[in-house]
Amino acid sequence: MISTAPRLLNLDDLHQAMRQGRDLLYPSQPKIMVGAATCGLAAGAEEVLAAVREEVEKGKLPFIVAETGCIGWCSQEPLLDICIPGRPRVSYGRVKPGRAREIVRAIPEVKRDWALAMMPGDENELNGSHVNYCVPHNGHVDGLKAYKELPLFKHQLRIVLRNCGIINPDSLEEYIARGGYHSLWNALRKHTPEELVAEVKRSGLRGRGGAGFPTGVKWQAVRDAQGEPKYIICNADEGDPGAYMDRGVLEGDPHSVLEGMIIGGYAMGAHEGIIYVREEYPLAVTRMKRAIRQAEDMGLLGQNIFDTGFNFQIRVVKGAGAFVCGEETALIRSIEGKVGEPQQRPPYPAQHGLWGKPTCINNVETWANIPVIVQRGSDWFSQIGTEKSKGTKVFSLVGNIENTALIEVPMGTTLAEIVYEIGGGIPNNRACKAVQTGGPSGGCIPADRFDLRVDYDSLSQAGSIMGSGGMIVMDDHTCMVDIAKYFLEFLEDESCGKCFTCRVGTQRLKEVVTRISQGQGKEEDLELLQDLGWLVREGSLCGLGQTAPNPVLSTLRYFRSEYLMHIRDRRCPAHRCRELITFEIDPVLCNGCGACVQICSGKAILGEKNKPHIITQAQCTKCGACLDMCKFDAVLVH
Amino acid sequence: MPEMEAQDVKPLLEQFADERASLIPILQEIQATFSYLPEPALRRVARKLQIPITEIYQVATFYRCFSLKPRGRHLVQVCLGTACHVRGGDLVLERAQTETGAGLTGTSSDMEFTVEPVRCLGCCGLAPVMRVDRDTFAHLEQTKVRGIVNRYRPRKKPATVDKIAASAQEHAAHD
Amino acid sequence: MVHITMNGLAVEAERGSTLLEVARFYNFPIPTLCHEDGLNPYGACRLCLVEIGGAPKSKLVAACGYRVEEGLKVRTNSERVQRARRLLLELYVATCPQSKRIQDLASEYGVRQCRYEAIDGQPGAPWDPKANCIQCGLCVRICAEQMMAGAIGFAGRGKSRHVARPFGMTSEQCRQCGACLYACPVCELRCQASTAETLLCNGCLNFSPLCFQSYNDAMCFLEPCHACELSGPFRHEVGLKVPAVQSAPQKAAPSTGELK
Repeated sequence: MISTAPRLLNLDDLHQAMRQGRDLLYPSQPKIMVGAATCGLAAGAEEVLAAVREEVEKGKLPFIVAETGCIGWCSQEPLLDICIPGRPRVSYGRVKPGRAREIVRAIPEVKRDWALAMMPGDENELNGSHVNYCVPHNGHVDGLKAYKELPLFKHQLRIVLRNCGIINPDSLEEYIARGGYHSLWNALRKHTPEELVAEVKRSGLRGRGGAGFPTGVKWQAVRDAQGEPKYIICNADEGDPGAYMDRGVLEGDPHSVLEGMIIGGYAMGAHEGIIYVREEYPLAVTRMKRAIRQAEDMGLLGQNIFDTGFNFQIRVVKGAGAFVCGEETALIRSIEGKVGEPQQRPPYPAQHGLWGKPTCINNVETWANIPVIVQRGSDWFSQIGTEKSKGTKVFSLVGNIENTALIEVPMGTTLAEIVYEIGGGIPNNRACKAVQTGGPSGGCIPADRFDLRVDYDSLSQAGSIMGSGGMIVMDDHTCMVDIAKYFLEFLEDESCGKCFTCRVGTQRLKEVVTRISQGQGKEEDLELLQDLGWLVREGSLCGLGQTAPNPVLSTLRYFRSEYLMHIRDRRCPAHRCRELITFEIDPVLCNGCGACVQICSGKAILGEKNKPHIITQAQCTKCGACLDMCKFDAVLVH
Repeated sequence: MPEMEAQDVKPLLEQFADERASLIPILQEIQATFSYLPEPALRRVARKLQIPITEIYQVATFYRCFSLKPRGRHLVQVCLGTACHVRGGDLVLERAQTETGAGLTGTSSDMEFTVEPVRCLGCCGLAPVMRVDRDTFAHLEQTKVRGIVNRYRPRKKPATVDKIAASAQEHAAHD
Repeated sequence: MVHITMNGLAVEAERGSTLLEVARFYNFPIPTLCHEDGLNPYGACRLCLVEIGGAPKSKLVAACGYRVEEGLKVRTNSERVQRARRLLLELYVATCPQSKRIQDLASEYGVRQCRYEAIDGQPGAPWDPKANCIQCGLCVRICAEQMMAGAIGFAGRGKSRHVARPFGMTSEQCRQCGACLYACPVCELRCQASTAETLLCNGCLNFSPLCFQSYNDAMCFLEPCHACELSGPFRHEVGLKVPAVQSAPQKAAPSTGELK
């Protein structure tokens, strides 16, 4: 909501906006919130919203309906929250339009049987305060667990995700109500640029995009560099498949990124910022552009911010579909209208970046941390995490896991805690095989190493990397050779193709792994993979090439026996590699219903009605649809 | 899809400054308008920005969001992110290719469908995921693909909001 | 002037010069494929990799594009560099086995095996312009930088990247000068006498090389194959022995072994 208030010039203006935001956050009428980020929408949030609005209008009910971002419990989307003044907020999960209507009609009653959890109070990580939803007393709903008691949320420390799922991302006032833009005010009015850089250095914050470079050191380099104008870039080209942390922030709390960038601009002496968002995130682009307009209208962007004479402007640039553009120098080339070919470093972007000028590129999550560090100080921040990895990290916990979710935990949390407690373990009672981190640049950590405390150094020692935060859980139905092949397929396509080692190396690595997955591998192939992997890592120009062998080398390190099984025994224990599995129908269990015949992609199933069916092996494409379809467990794989 | 007249692209180009940095935004605009990058349009852009056509061609073929060939009426994007792959995303892609007739070339011969793999739509919590035009379908299994594709076939009533809602409910229930 | 150490030797170099330039000045041999004096360095072939820095932080960088820095330690022939070159050339032979230049390099740097499936044409048509192209970019760069035409360029990305004429048609910028042909380092065919069993010339036991037979009295302007230099009548007096080579058999149908 763009208010008609005048520009924010001083602390009084900010406090007034804060009061307006408070009224929006905790209104005097019941408020209904629907999680409407991309995840929620994909799960059906739009229909739920429509149903709620209809119900409210029909009954002329005095309720406010609002959208919110992703609180992180993706497997429960669409999420519907009811906030009644004087009562804790109650969440409902997996809501369908019909149920939504009933919930709305029942207000002020709580449908306890359907509810997920309640939020009796609200932690504001930005200023460390605790807000009670209900003013007079800290209410409770009998029989309903509080958010903080749920295993999913108990271990989390939501700093970057502080507002996601709590505020309406389209409301600047709500952002201010939770302390937003106060850090900017402090930074511009009370600190010098040098002090800010020093503070970021002291905090120990490391780049959250994956490389983990000390942010303060980068800021110092850009500050010291010669050349005008300087540029600030936010890297929102989150390309790792399986990772959507940045999207959560961009869609759920866009102003946190803007505030961080403006502070950074002031600290480094830059006046122009660019947010490079991948084009596959249209909602993030829209929300970000809207947030920028709001900030401009309020004088938080543009000329003379907070009456200090500091100017800063931000614009959004869309990516065009290239994973390699997440690499800093390739990203710069893309903004310059060229192909995203990474450049040799040195020179580094800090000295010679966009248009040859000093440029600071940081990831979305890094920028979102900045207002908190400025507000609460580096001492507070550096107490969180481990010795060399300070603060928290946002992870997208996906794959074969009960609670697919967007989580934020202090560095040093163990994988076991993340997978089994926060994630709720593996569905269908299967065993956990490994966790993959770092996307195509990372590796797999096997289940017997889950005592590993997650931080930058421990992950690289284990043969993986932190990466941007994608964490993919794999059960025993996953074939590690297949995973290596999958990532290599990805990389050979996404490689910019310029340097020989990366372009040809990824193709040849894939060729060898494919051969192994088809049962045509030789034992010498394992040594070949090591040699070639070494070459690609040592000889490639950029990070993509240098880390391309990681998936193969790490699976080889921990799951060598699986590779050998494919080679020696021509067997795929996880039943994934098509050339090594056969589908058959059990004539005893099959009752001839024919459901599989319809769905067979190779038209390979024959049989008369009500008589056992047979799969013609020559036609079978091994797609496994019959296995999915059969209600009688009559399809066997070996 | 609108056929491109040589003059059509002129008003579009006028919104952009005559500089190298405009190249990708211009191509994105052309792609959004015509659903592909027609050759005459690219030659126009080369003249406007004073960039050799070879370089324009290089940029147009480098980035995945651009297509030099017309796309089908409905764009089916199947997510092949890791989370989707682990839950059978490649099987969904194959199904989509056979059910639409797009096969390996990507576009069905009746120009109704273009099927493309995409790397991560960011809905990993709901894998496997597929997008048809602006509608996202989650919690997919390959057995459901045929039903979804049929909604978009010509001669059937175009999918209404209710139908999509019904399918979304269906999917949410199938957990 | 910038002071660096190259192979243990303290050398001075002009600011802005590359490691390759310095190495050449001091006669340290570094193989290259995509480098051409007169064209901007490209850094695609990776053959010029050298090791910089000291353990444990040393790394390999392309000498053609890396500019000198004060105090830099460079080694142009360390074990890592040698290993990298051999592995690289193994890949190059598999990508472009018919190239004389690549076979010579492989022979010179001791490549003894090629464990990959070679991208090999049939005896009558040994080249596949797309598949065998090593994408050194020389043709593109000479067209753009020296001929100022820019008629060809790269298209696609990763696996599908290739040298292309825009829209598959010869453009009006092309002046048919042939510079692209001239610049290509690998389109000179290797000695056809060794077509029979081996992928690597290194295993050539042809003591009567083709050139020597055909051009009895005439001066031979062809550069002898490196393998011939080692094993044939042009071998050095030093008496280098070339050990037996194991290599993957060629994929193409076996030829009759006739001299062409």
